[in-house]
Amino acid sequence: MAHTENKLNIQTSSWLIRFFLSGFIGFMALFILGPLFWLAIRAFVTEWTFPNLLPEGLTLRWWKVIADDGSLLEAIKNSLIISPIVVLISAVICLPAAYAFSRYEFFGRKTFLIGMFAANAFPKIGLFASIATLFYTLNLMGTVLGIIIIQVLGAIIFMTWIPAAAFSAVPRNLEDAARDAGASKLRVFWDITLRLAMPGILVALVMSFLAAFDEAQGTYLVGVPTIYTMPTKMYALVLNYPVQISAVFSLLLAIPSVILITLARKQIIGGQLAEGFQIK
Amino acid sequence: MSTATDNVGLELIGLNKVLGGRTIIENLDLSVKKGEMVSLLGPSGCGKTTTLRMIAGFLIPEAGKVILAGKDVTTLGPDKRPSAMVFQNYALWPHMSVFKNIAYPLKIRKLAKSEIEKRVHDALGLVNLMHHKDSRPSQISGGEQQRVALARALVQEPDILLLDEPLSNLDAKLRVKVREDIRDLQRRLGITTVIVTHDQDEALSISDRIAVMNDGRIEQFSTPQALYDEPATEYVANFIGSLNRFNGDFAEGRIQTGSNVVGIRPEDVYFSAHQVPGSHAATVDLVVPRGHFFEVYLSSNDQKIRSFMSSEIPQVGDSGFMRISKALIYKDGKLVKVA
Repeated sequence: MAHTENKLNIQTSSWLIRFFLSGFIGFMALFILGPLFWLAIRAFVTEWTFPNLLPEGLTLRWWKVIADDGSLLEAIKNSLIISPIVVLISAVICLPAAYAFSRYEFFGRKTFLIGMFAANAFPKIGLFASIATLFYTLNLMGTVLGIIIIQVLGAIIFMTWIPAAAFSAVPRNLEDAARDAGASKLRVFWDITLRLAMPGILVALVMSFLAAFDEAQGTYLVGVPTIYTMPTKMYALVLNYPVQISAVFSLLLAIPSVILITLARKQIIGGQLAEGFQIK
Repeated sequence: MSTATDNVGLELIGLNKVLGGRTIIENLDLSVKKGEMVSLLGPSGCGKTTTLRMIAGFLIPEAGKVILAGKDVTTLGPDKRPSAMVFQNYALWPHMSVFKNIAYPLKIRKLAKSEIEKRVHDALGLVNLMHHKDSRPSQISGGEQQRVALARALVQEPDILLLDEPLSNLDAKLRVKVREDIRDLQRRLGITTVIVTHDQDEALSISDRIAVMNDGRIEQFSTPQALYDEPATEYVANFIGSLNRFNGDFAEGRIQTGSNVVGIRPEDVYFSAHQVPGSHAATVDLVVPRGHFFEVYLSSNDQKIRSFMSSEIPQVGDSGFMRISKALIYKDGKLVKVA
């Protein structure tokens, strides 16, 4: 008898666990996806206010507003031009540094490597305030170059740490084998090292692009009111436009993230991103 | 008539190598004949891999010369040497197919596409891997990866083939088969080969000659048989095969007090119930079955000695007579007499 009671208990408790677990998952899904869903609906409806359960009607009017508004288009254009430039510049600066961090032992190696976190360890606004002072004297305020510099600062950590780990993960004997097969050092780097580190580098490129694309604080400080990018334009949108415009703009802002994360999903889930932040 | 130098595949002259402030290799000489298969045998840390890496060009010696097929290559990089290496864990490039792995050395040499295709197919045939030519290294077994690595080395038609512990990652059964395959291939192609190993079985079964290394030096360089029968130093005697070791001298078929070291192979110790000339009373302490032979621990005259026997195995506690057919006598670690 005791045996069956026990069994019953186990069944009840496992049923309870499953009930609460699915309840929790459902809640989290609603919590995370709910606002996005609401946002997505907002972008396509005319008016949707409190007592109404359903929106009054569907429309593409808000999208047309953006398409017709020069300043909004300008912000989109700026974002789409500046972010790739930032990625390119940070790659040119950081990839050789990542290789050096990975392959050479030099004075202050560890200090520099950890030091890169310093910029991310403190509230950025403090850093930006002092940079702003510097930029005023250098006449960089309100310039594209100023914005690029600010955004490159945010991309450095991704562009150095993740590729450095990727270079380190390339087994030395694979390079040795290529040397032995007759390849010059440069050829070995090109055919073997770079090729095998590529998944990590791709993740770094994606992360840097997103970091640059979403950067608002520093970009606002340096660029506004001369130059707006999509995130900084959001500030103005929230204050001055109907809420549906913000919804449309948010969706536009999310598109690159969704596309890039989807493309790099395999690498990110595969641990390239996590591996990138293991201190050695 | 070929001259002496024509017949030399590899010559190391007075090699010295210091790594991290420590002398790894000291004044090492080695001469390998063309078409010969030579093992560098020793425990880890004895400098055998360092020596191989100096032959391959990954390390440049502080002093001395490396001469490959009559050419001084001491300061050349690995890409400029007529050597090809098989790495311990094969070092196949995971992003290339088996075919591309083997074709890579030829692609670098800028051979014509049809020529590359032909030579890679030949190499694949040599190691029986035609059916895997489009597989990725991760999709094939360890033994197959090993053969791909071998094919990648052979396709370069090197003057010398270097093998770094090529069998250490294979399971015991496969190891025997692969080492026979390697030996067979090496004989057929007549390629000068240097193999690094810590496994004496492997070295004894595969090599024409073995260089036993210890502490950055070559202790002895001779044929497997000579190495076993007349180990030139106490170190070699201990390292190759099993050994009973006594402080003393050997006379009248038994160990006597003395200042030398006596080494006796367990298979040179016989035990029987009957006394024969040169035998001495002994009792059986322990019998350990070891598969195809038995390990018998005897004591005679307060001395304990191990014997390997395969027939007429005595029981523990038996009394009888022990005969020693051969003893190696060492003075200051060097062989002075075989009794």
